[in-house]
Amino acid sequence: MGTNGHHESFPWKHLIGFVLSLLLTFAALWVALSSGLPLKAVIVVIVLFAMIQASLQLFMFMHVAESDSGKVQTFNMVYSFFIAVVVVAGSVWVMQFVL
Amino acid sequence: MGEAVHRYDETMPLEYRTEENRLNILGFWIFLGAEVVLFATLFATYLVLFQRTGSGPTAQELFQVKDVLIETLLLLTSSFTCGLAIFEMRRGRLAGLLAWLLVTLLLGIGFITFEVREFIHYVHEGATMQTSAFLSSFFVLVGTHGAHVSLGIGWMIFIIIQLLQRGLTVKTARKVFIVSLYWHFLDVVWIFIFTLVYLLGMVV
Repeated sequence: MGTNGHHESFPWKHLIGFVLSLLLTFAALWVALSSGLPLKAVIVVIVLFAMIQASLQLFMFMHVAESDSGKVQTFNMVYSFFIAVVVVAGSVWVMQFVL
Repeated sequence: MGEAVHRYDETMPLEYRTEENRLNILGFWIFLGAEVVLFATLFATYLVLFQRTGSGPTAQELFQVKDVLIETLLLLTSSFTCGLAIFEMRRGRLAGLLAWLLVTLLLGIGFITFEVREFIHYVHEGATMQTSAFLSSFFVLVGTHGAHVSLGIGWMIFIIIQLLQRGLTVKTARKVFIVSLYWHFLDVVWIFIFTLVYLLGMVV
């Protein structure tokens, strides 16, 4: 299932992933430093861009969904990202009442 | 590939061709899941403390767009070339695999050189780990990532040596694939350091 990477003659998937990653990096830089959007909007947009770029790495470069363990691997990563969001957002939210 | 035992589907890439290989790769994904959570705790610490700058410099005073962008582009490109290395491996081309691994390695060394220079520059500006809660959590988060990259560089050198000695086999292919997963993962972490540490630090 989806492991036939050796049939392709040109690494299109990698090239597209790389170009999109570059675009997202520069777009995030522009949104943060030059767009003049309100702070909250800037944060939402750049975090969204980061998540898209991380998914690009996982699917286009790391082939997380391939092999017979693809589903388990994907679920494992989704779950770890869920824990990460809970830890980070939860800590920031709860500590704003303390600090 | 003389000693390789082909018990599985020949159409599969080498790294998935045995049960052991597939379990090793699955095990490494589970390790990466744990790494995500490790970095999440460091991000949480940093984001709670980054405005506690005490009498030291703030993120806005310290961070330089140009330096951060150079580091980001070096690591992003290295992740791309590492992907190309696996692409070549799956076409059975040892020379292409080695060449792209070497490029990846050089870009990784470039990244770590810029990061060390950045840290030295901060220390000269009087921004050390002891200066403020912001800087303690900054150096721990970004330094832990840098330590991972340094480890990855050493690991990849050993894998290249093994490829030169043993060629492309079911075993070496699995090892190359796993180090590539580790390398891409380092870029995934950097995307969030770039966004939540540097970009956020420059706007808040």
